[in-house]
Amino acid sequence: MSLDAHLVVKRDGFTLDATLTAGPGEVVALLGPNGAGKSTALRALAGLIGLDDGHITLDGRRIERDAPEHRHIGVVFQDYLLFPHLSALDNVAFGPRCRGVSRTESRVRATELLTRVGLSDHVRKKPRELSGGQAQRVALARALATDPKLLLLDEPLAALDARTRLDTRAHLRGHLGTHHGPTVLVTHDPLDAMMLADRLVILEDGRVVQTGDAATITSQPRTDYVARLVGLNLYRGHATEGTVRVADDFTLTVAGAFTGDAFVAFPPSAVALYNVRPEGSPRNTWPATVTAVSRQGDALRIELTGPIQVAADITSAAAVQLGLEPGREVWASLKATEATAYPA
Amino acid sequence: MAIPAIAGLAFLVLPLAGLLIRAPWTTLPERLTEPGILAALRLSLLTATLATIVCLILGVPLAWLLARTTFPGRRFVRALVTVPLVLPPVVGGVALLLVFGRRGLVGEWLDTTFGFTLPFTTTGVVVAEAFVAMPFLVISVEGALRGADSRFEEAAATLGASRWTAFRRVTLPLIAPGVAAGAVLCWARALGEFGATITFAGNFPGRTQTMPLAVYLALEQDLDAAIVLSLVLLVVSVVILATMRDKWVGVP
Repeated sequence: MSLDAHLVVKRDGFTLDATLTAGPGEVVALLGPNGAGKSTALRALAGLIGLDDGHITLDGRRIERDAPEHRHIGVVFQDYLLFPHLSALDNVAFGPRCRGVSRTESRVRATELLTRVGLSDHVRKKPRELSGGQAQRVALARALATDPKLLLLDEPLAALDARTRLDTRAHLRGHLGTHHGPTVLVTHDPLDAMMLADRLVILEDGRVVQTGDAATITSQPRTDYVARLVGLNLYRGHATEGTVRVADDFTLTVAGAFTGDAFVAFPPSAVALYNVRPEGSPRNTWPATVTAVSRQGDALRIELTGPIQVAADITSAAAVQLGLEPGREVWASLKATEATAYPA
Repeated sequence: MAIPAIAGLAFLVLPLAGLLIRAPWTTLPERLTEPGILAALRLSLLTATLATIVCLILGVPLAWLLARTTFPGRRFVRALVTVPLVLPPVVGGVALLLVFGRRGLVGEWLDTTFGFTLPFTTTGVVVAEAFVAMPFLVISVEGALRGADSRFEEAAATLGASRWTAFRRVTLPLIAPGVAAGAVLCWARALGEFGATITFAGNFPGRTQTMPLAVYLALEQDLDAAIVLSLVLLVVSVVILATMRDKWVGVP
């Protein structure tokens, strides 16, 4: 069971054009900013909107012309869409009933599934009597009850509060592991994507801009959006044997020697700030002006302008010592070993 | 503001009060059990109920079509559906006669093919009432459908439900209050129907003479009988209103 799709959907001024593949048991996260076309892609896969071009091949069969009820795709919707007039049990039994399983058999299967997601005490409850996390589990059980060939999850954790989110994420991870078909997960939260998915597909403006596992994406972002998401400074330029020209008159000395178009990425914590030009080792030093100061976890995030725009994380103590405030002029330095260059 | 408001209230309440004051309370039990009244009441309840069932069978799918699909001329169809609402019922009756009458467009065919005529029969009463009352049901159900989240139908589809199954098992239970309210309004309208009924079905006691027709006829011969009949209709209306508010619509 695997998925191979090329989704083209045109909607007033917006075009989604994305290829998507997922192997048996693989969890692929579609990650992107709001309006990138993630939900459109999911709805197109589920058959809730039609394709303008392209194809969807699931389990070796073309399904892009099939109605949603014939696609055998399970969907967990963002706000779950549990049927409010049915109990948790009947919600889960709904799918099997529609597929011709007898009432008794459907209920047995639904009870099993609800027990599996840890809700055996809540089978008789109506959706409004369930907490957010419980509703999410019922929605998952309902989607899995039809034994779908493909499982789709739309922002599965977005509606939950922080604490429930943590529990539910771990729980969801366990259940995704037991699903034999491919899973496609839509999210705008990089943490959810990295925790739940085997592979990330980054969607921006209707197009796939980067795919890869979490380690590659977090260390080698290829767009500003991904760089912001994983908290790295990112520049594009031309590399010549250990230095990369990232602005007209500005080069960075980096780790990794090759020649050609390149990306340079480094974390804000790799940037050090000084009142006077530092003597000695770091080869990358440049004058910069503070434009903004904000709190970032334990550190302060300093936004700087100069030959390049850069974010630096420094301790509060250091910030006080340097008297950092917007407009202040400082020297920035970056160790060459902390800046990674990779081909663009 | 207070004076016209009180005047308005009085204007609505006084006629009803008049009905209660002038009612022949002492002879009420005998009058209520007169065979003529019972026959008219029975016929009224029967035809109004049948008309409501007809409206449900035809009106709910029509409302679904208007609320959930887009097709060319949908707005025009929607306007057409509401025409009986503003059309004088007598005109409706004339129109029905022209179509379903013995020499009518459809009526002639019905007569020659099945030997079946509608005008001046009990079935004709049902047709006239359904024609006039259907917009109430369609508008109410369409409103309920527009208010209901259509994504539940999408969720049902992904679980393997056909459109019909999704409608029957998900949408219909969700809009049940709207359907019930529409059915009650439709029933009440059918019960009070006069103009279209008398034009299309005539005024034959026991066959097409419903309560409103009986009231009208009695008014010319026996005022007290007319009052008694009116009282019965008033009581039925009030009971409907009370039931609808408390049970089905959930108005606080």
